[in-house]
Amino acid sequence: MNSSNNILEVDNLRVNFKTPDGQVTAVNNLNFNLAQGETLGIVGESGSGKSQTAFALMGLLAGNGQITGEARFEGENILALNDKAMNRIRSEKIAMIFQDPMTSLNPYMKVGKQLMEVLILHKGMSKADAFEASVKMLDAVKMPEARKRMNMFPHEFSGGMRQRVMIAMALLCQPKLLIADEPTTALDVTVQAQILTLLNELKSEFNTSIIMITHDLGVVAGLCDKVLVMYAGRTMEYGQTDDVFYRPTHPYTQGLLEAIPRLDGEEETLTTIAGNPPNLLNLPTGCPFQARCQFVEHRCRTEAPALEEYQPGKLRACHKPVHSEMTP
Amino acid sequence: MLKFIIKRLLEAIPTLLALVTLSFFLMHFAPGSPFTSERGVPAAVLANLQAKYHMNESLMSQYFHYLWDLLHGNLGYSFRFTDFTINQLVAQSFPVSAEIGFWSFLVAVSVGVLCGVFAALRQNSLLDYGVMAFANIGMVLPNFVIAPLCILFFSIHYQWLPAGGWNGGAWPYLIMPVIAMSTSYIAQIARITRGSMIETMHSNFIRTARAKGLPKSHIIIRHALRPAMLPVVSYLGPAFVGIITGSVVVDQFFGTGGIGQHFVNGAINRDYSMVMGITILIGTLTILFNAIVDILYVFIDPKIRY
Repeated sequence: MNSSNNILEVDNLRVNFKTPDGQVTAVNNLNFNLAQGETLGIVGESGSGKSQTAFALMGLLAGNGQITGEARFEGENILALNDKAMNRIRSEKIAMIFQDPMTSLNPYMKVGKQLMEVLILHKGMSKADAFEASVKMLDAVKMPEARKRMNMFPHEFSGGMRQRVMIAMALLCQPKLLIADEPTTALDVTVQAQILTLLNELKSEFNTSIIMITHDLGVVAGLCDKVLVMYAGRTMEYGQTDDVFYRPTHPYTQGLLEAIPRLDGEEETLTTIAGNPPNLLNLPTGCPFQARCQFVEHRCRTEAPALEEYQPGKLRACHKPVHSEMTP
Repeated sequence: MLKFIIKRLLEAIPTLLALVTLSFFLMHFAPGSPFTSERGVPAAVLANLQAKYHMNESLMSQYFHYLWDLLHGNLGYSFRFTDFTINQLVAQSFPVSAEIGFWSFLVAVSVGVLCGVFAALRQNSLLDYGVMAFANIGMVLPNFVIAPLCILFFSIHYQWLPAGGWNGGAWPYLIMPVIAMSTSYIAQIARITRGSMIETMHSNFIRTARAKGLPKSHIIIRHALRPAMLPVVSYLGPAFVGIITGSVVVDQFFGTGGIGQHFVNGAINRDYSMVMGITILIGTLTILFNAIVDILYVFIDPKIRY
């Protein structure tokens, strides 16, 4: 798996939070690699540690967060960098799009200024150059009347338009890696589709690698080369999207896929995975998924399954894997 | 914008009228009169006095008399300082209070905001605890404690500053009144600033700014300061009025001769025209500064349009 064209190699990433109630491990020994131009999907329920993984990579964890492990970006461990050194990576090499476009832009600053400041501070551009480059980038994300909108405030934009601004802002310095933290969750379905199409186009245009964090499996299927399924901070299954989706072997992945509502289905009620994710403060011994797994056996309750490469490029943490073919 | 300003000015008229009416009748219904005193006044003198101030007429007639004079900018003669009109007394004492107030306001805003911002940026550090401890002390310590302490310390012990007087507002005479006046406002402003700055620094758009790799100073000055100032600005309107109309305590302790002394004396002496005059002055200033704050919002928050 360690080939030289990987731009990002994450090794044993752990994120702990000290809370008044005890230590919470939000991300537990995460490993993955990303090649230039490749898209990785990280899926899981709320609270599975997806977003904290992204924040850890960007150095944006809350004050009580602690990181161990390594994340080598172009060979350099970015988790060890100080804030100043990290600021040269942010925007220029790695950029991020957030979940909620309604609150992620500064409501007190003109959109143009928020775009231009990135170029002025990172690239040392003049105001005039930065303005033209920003307009160009707004055009690239298909913002109608881009020039006029530079002088508008975020509240004058719709949610989808604001997410376009966020994407344009992230791509200004042409970063090698884009981390998208649930970029479509807060948007309605038609706008979701537009944003995803846009990301897909930009990905091939700029040859950007993307880490797509989502709980929408449809997004993963449409956009991602590889997928990593997370549960309670741990990797459950990791492999090529097609493999994981059409031949899921982990009961959790299977449950997630069965929970997708189908338009052609006869059943009236939605299929769900019974139960709730475990409390991270008080994880059970053994497999974190045991309480909700229908194949659970004695061993699952005593011994946590290790993540093992059961086929080249396919990893899984389960004592009782299932083998199934899913219809696409 | 101009329409908004005109509208606010027109709205001020009924507000002021209600204020004048309410305080006029409340005051006249209160027991006692300006001429009640322990010695008592001979009946003939009392009749003359009452005639001079129209007090022999009906209350309604007195009210309309007052309104008529007020319309001409005349606040009437003082009942106590009988040789002076209220206009003269205010013209004499208000500039003193306004000067102390102006400097106190400047000190309160700059020190308060600075303390609040640094406390917020170093949340839960020694600096933060220090600032907050100072703010709490400043808020609970009344100025009638601060003022004599200042005199004790600066004037009697070290003999650096004159213990009182005004001397046309020369700066040695200004320092202690400004300290006594501004301490509680510094404390309040520091607390508000700290709270809103902490909240702003945790907001999503600050996280975006950090993800953009902007330097920390740039994030604080360009992104965080403006939204963090909103609650401070709304506090400043009423605070400014409170500051420039002065305080009894400052006038009493430092003998500065500001307008504050008239607050209490006017009420104790039942100096009807004095109480009315000061009520109207403070009412007008309050309306004016609230309007100014509303206008300031336009420049701070782009979502507000009039």
